[in-house]
Amino acid sequence: MSGYRLEPDAPLDVREVLKDLKSYRPRRRGWTWRKPAPGLKMRGFTYQDASEPLERSVPLPPAHHFGNIDPQPGPVITTEIASGRFEDDIRRMRMAAHHGADHIMVIRTAGQSHFDGLIEGTPQGVGGVPITRKQIRAQRKALDMIEDEVGRPINYHSYVSGVAGPEIAVLFAEEGVNGAHQDPQYNVLYRSINMARSFVDACESKKIMAWADMAQIDGAHNANATAREAWKVMPELMVQHAINAQFSVACGMPKGLVCLSTVPPTATPAPCVHMDLPYAVALRELFSGFRMRAQMNTKYIQSSTREATVTHVLNMLISKLTSADIQSTITPDEGRNVPWHIYNIEACDTARQTLIGLDGLMDMVELKPEGYLRDQARELKERAVLFMEEILASGGYFKAVEDGFFVDSGFFPERIGDGIARDLSGGIGAGSLIPRKKDYLAPVTAHYGYNNTAQYGLKAGESPASLIGGCTLERPELIQYIDELDETDNVAARMAESEELRQPGAKYLKPEMEWLGDGTVMLTLFFPAEKKVAQAAALEAARRMNLTDAEVISLEVMHPVDGTRVEVKGKVPFSIAVDELVIPPEPEVLGDDAIRAAIEERPLKVVCGTVGEDEHSVGLREIIDIKHGGIEGYGIQVHYLGTSVPPEKLVSAAIEVGADAILASTIISHDNIHYKNIALIDRIAREMGVRDRLIFLAGGTQVTPELAREAGADEGFGRGSKGVHVATSLIKLRDTQK
Amino acid sequence: MKRADDFDTRREHLQGLSDRALHERFWSLAERLTNPLLEMGRFYTSPSIERSVLLRMGFSSIEAKALVDACLEKGLLGHGAGHVVYKAGQQSGKSVREAGLALIRGEGWEGLDSSFSKEDA
Repeated sequence: MSGYRLEPDAPLDVREVLKDLKSYRPRRRGWTWRKPAPGLKMRGFTYQDASEPLERSVPLPPAHHFGNIDPQPGPVITTEIASGRFEDDIRRMRMAAHHGADHIMVIRTAGQSHFDGLIEGTPQGVGGVPITRKQIRAQRKALDMIEDEVGRPINYHSYVSGVAGPEIAVLFAEEGVNGAHQDPQYNVLYRSINMARSFVDACESKKIMAWADMAQIDGAHNANATAREAWKVMPELMVQHAINAQFSVACGMPKGLVCLSTVPPTATPAPCVHMDLPYAVALRELFSGFRMRAQMNTKYIQSSTREATVTHVLNMLISKLTSADIQSTITPDEGRNVPWHIYNIEACDTARQTLIGLDGLMDMVELKPEGYLRDQARELKERAVLFMEEILASGGYFKAVEDGFFVDSGFFPERIGDGIARDLSGGIGAGSLIPRKKDYLAPVTAHYGYNNTAQYGLKAGESPASLIGGCTLERPELIQYIDELDETDNVAARMAESEELRQPGAKYLKPEMEWLGDGTVMLTLFFPAEKKVAQAAALEAARRMNLTDAEVISLEVMHPVDGTRVEVKGKVPFSIAVDELVIPPEPEVLGDDAIRAAIEERPLKVVCGTVGEDEHSVGLREIIDIKHGGIEGYGIQVHYLGTSVPPEKLVSAAIEVGADAILASTIISHDNIHYKNIALIDRIAREMGVRDRLIFLAGGTQVTPELAREAGADEGFGRGSKGVHVATSLIKLRDTQK
Repeated sequence: MKRADDFDTRREHLQGLSDRALHERFWSLAERLTNPLLEMGRFYTSPSIERSVLLRMGFSSIEAKALVDACLEKGLLGHGAGHVVYKAGQQSGKSVREAGLALIRGEGWEGLDSSFSKEDA
């Protein structure tokens, strides 16, 4: 094995990950839940429902006001990463793990469910990734390193469906995949695979997954996404969950690893919580002991990422009011394209932010034990029971599918007649089942059903694999590894094309949304025009900005004629040479002791305040307060004048108290008022003849140092500035003034 | 099929059930519905199941496909593809892997057919 390790300060090296895959073995098998940490304390806050914190992560944006804490919610958090190029997805997985994801789901390439066997090598995918042994090894190997880096196990997940389910299940069991979708109904309803074949294969697949302690997610949520009016299929959803759950347990899966993929069925402008909550309650009561994988609604997702995010937050309110063992996330750009890096991260942050924000909710509120919620939950359960009664009355599951029972838009027992009907003798793989003979034998572990091992002298309970001295599940050294089958469609060929952009050590940079060097950028534009005009104008703007492949990905009407918001994606035709970039130096910082010594030797007095009509105080308090590491801590004497201080007053107060410096905070930036105020203070000080003996510093979230200096300040301080930066600057400027 | 919502009349027999009794009914219906499917799984096999057996016996996906296709063609899949390879190994004295690779080359098939049972399980 190579000695490659992930270093926190170094980019992930995909080249290294791809080395020595032939000898790679996964370090464990099976699913991992988060470890609850009830009563967790972080920086003086107490959390009720959090899990153990990470060793390394990127906290939420406001965390710098809270000592950079990053509390982690209780449920496992899922993100789906599959851009078509698994090698680029590996970098995204590392980013997602740092934003709190511990369940990485890889969507398969279009058409893999109909592929009769395993795919080998690393061909490029469409809308997903071709799942192969090499691809799994590379990603699992990378995740081993990433989980060490963040300090929490990461579950790796894909799909055991299609006509090669049992083979894929074996592949996953051998390669340390921790979770998978498996639901024979999915094959039947959405992939038109023969139903008898699908259920017979599922027995074997589930038995193998049970051996590997994999978590299983069902496919019921697809009914929700397919039905015309998604909320009407609620009774059927419970039936679909029941069929797969019951079937799985009978194949040997423990209930605690059988996860129901459940989606709050509706979305705004419907009163969605009022409709979704009784359903969520009914489901969790009926399926007590099973796990809930709370998925987000995709049925009604549009191109607005803001709108999608709000729907997803409402979905997580349902999770919080009931329960979720796995909180799945849908990227807010799912309504536009195959998800981009940045939206996977947004989705993880939305989940982390919402679930931590709602921490401890159920300590304070409870669901009413009678009335609408109870009545509605009861009614949904009864409708589900009636659904199953009718399946049995009609002659069983296969007959019911033939009769179009499933994904009918009616609110059962209502039937609209638009359900998906499949013929028992039709579909992919029809006629491929073969009855087992009396001497049927499979000398392997985790095999379902009739297996005549007695003919070779084995007693009941003895391992069938003992006939061959153990199979790959006991002896992984027996696994045959295939590297590549296609000379042109493989990872090495793809990577060669973008080598000069590859980190670590890239000489060139290109903007990127999915793939290294894709050059994709997004523009947000507003035009004072109606939709069609704005759309054409946006494309023309992109053309004049030299973007290629420009495409409008979102249009929102601000007013039918007065304005349209447009988002455009396109590709830039250039790369940027890294060593030609001018990178401003980090602000120089004196050590705490050096600052204190300088102030002790020669005391320093400042007046400060937020200037103009501006009531923001937090930023300046951070700069001055001793408890926030502000300049008071170094012994600097501070006269704080408050907020909305007129510029004249700031200068006259400085004269009055004999201050050495003025510190002006200016947050509001509308119409460049922040720079106008800076210029005004400079002018007043000059007019009063004191500018030469005063140091004048200005800061604010929208202030850039260069522009502040241009406007007349001696130095400017932007977002992220600290007391130590201001103190250092005061001392340096005082020294040069002399 | 089209039908109006007749929930109010259809549910009459459920109305009096406690929540617990309703849950029990739900699960017993789920069991009745899935039992025939599970039973079918016990006594049938498929090309994918047989290839998955061969993978576990140490064959690559390409080798497994070739072996299952050959067993299908010779009408032997009902005995189990793994069984065919296992028996070929026993008859020839080769390891499982060597016996399987020989079968892929078309060697060692003679005599296998007659040694298998004709009866269904």
